[in-house]
Order: sequence, then structure tokens, then C-alpha cells
Amino acid sequence: MTVRVQTEDFDVGAEIAALRRANPKIGAVASFVGVVRDVNAGDAVAGMTLEHYPGMTEKSIEEIVAQARVRWSIYDALVIHRVGTLKPADQIVLVIVTSSHRGDAFAACEFIMDYLKTRAPFWKKEKTSAGARWVDARVTDDLAAERWRLKG
Amino acid sequence: MITVLYFARLREELGTGSERLALPRAVRDLEGLRAHLIARGGAWAEALGANKAVRAAVNQSIASGDVPISDGDEVAFFPPVTGG
Repeated sequence: MTVRVQTEDFDVGAEIAALRRANPKIGAVASFVGVVRDVNAGDAVAGMTLEHYPGMTEKSIEEIVAQARVRWSIYDALVIHRVGTLKPADQIVLVIVTSSHRGDAFAACEFIMDYLKTRAPFWKKEKTSAGARWVDARVTDDLAAERWRLKG
Repeated sequence: MITVLYFARLREELGTGSERLALPRAVRDLEGLRAHLIARGGAWAEALGANKAVRAAVNQSIASGDVPISDGDEVAFFPPVTGG
């Protein structure tokens, strides 16, 4: 399991290749890339700044990945989350999960993202045509995380 | 002493990101600490008030109001998270 919080961009292809190289038993790789949109809540977004809670961030993501390992049969997982200043079309977050078969990889990848959205201590402040503002948490994100409780 | 951290909107509204605090004798848990900070009035009462969505962590784990606080703990208050 690897968790990285960094200001630099990441190379999805290189990260997938590195995970695959490490284990020839891998039969499935699922990945998710989150990207900065140029619009939010009806306003044009020129960029954003991501703040986090160093220490707790890494710890909370490690706990989320550990939960995924208990629920699904996966070989490895990698989470990279960027902080600092980002602009539209920049990559923000990467989750990669490897497993023998696609079902476990898809499910674990989605679970990790849904839990990260509601539990990992990151906060976005966006620069919009209406001024700088903190992004509000979404009820739909809470619901997305909540639905995993019903399973398993 | 305990360490109290504030993040994002709270950090801006309170004008500070962290402080060291002698744990008041009356404060036993997270809700008690929040009430102690609200009692400072002004921006503290405003930012941490019961009508505000405030989340907290004790020693870097998400915590609810009844989680006990003791000397040496690291406590953090912050808005609902918005990463990903």
C-alpha cells in the first residue's frame, strides 16, 4: 500500500506500470483520476488551493485502504492526492487497485474514493468569477460513502 | 497542555492555525472543549457555534463529542472535508 500527498503532478501510466511490474499474478487494474473542473455551482473556476492536515491525511487514507483490503481480495493499492495550487484540467487525485479479477478491483477502487471524499482531511478553496470561496461538502458524497455500509 | 489545530475556513475565521492550551479542569471531552472555546465569544462563538458544521479529530482520528480529552492530546477542529 502506498499513500502519497504531494504538490507535484503524477504520471498515471508510470504508476500503473510500477504496480504491475511488482506482481505477475495481477489480472486486473482499476484506476480513478480526479480532475479540476473549470466550473462549479454555476461559476467559472480559475483555480483552487487544496489544504490538508499533515499526518492525519496519510493515516486516514491508510485506514481506508486497510478497510478495502478486508472487504475485497486485492493485491495492492496506491493513492496519490495533490495539495497546493491547482488549475482547471489539473489532476488532483489518483487511486489504483490491483487484483486477480476485475470485480474486486472496481469495487475497492470506488470504495476508497467514496470514503476518501468524506473522511480524508482535505479542503478546497476555489477562485471563481464571484471571488475566492471554500467549497461546501456535498450531501451526495455522504450518500455515496453511506451505501457501502449496506453491503458486505 | 494540549495542542488545538484549526483548518480551512475555521483557520481563517479564527485567525490562527494552532495553539497550545492548558487543559481546563472542567473540560473532559471534545464537546466540553468546544464549549470552552465558544465561551471566548466573538469569532470563536461565531465559527464554532452549534449552528455550524464543525468536524473534529482527537490524535488524528475523527472523533465525536463524547470522546475524552486528556493532557498531551492533539485536537483539531475543521469544516466537513472536500477532497478528492
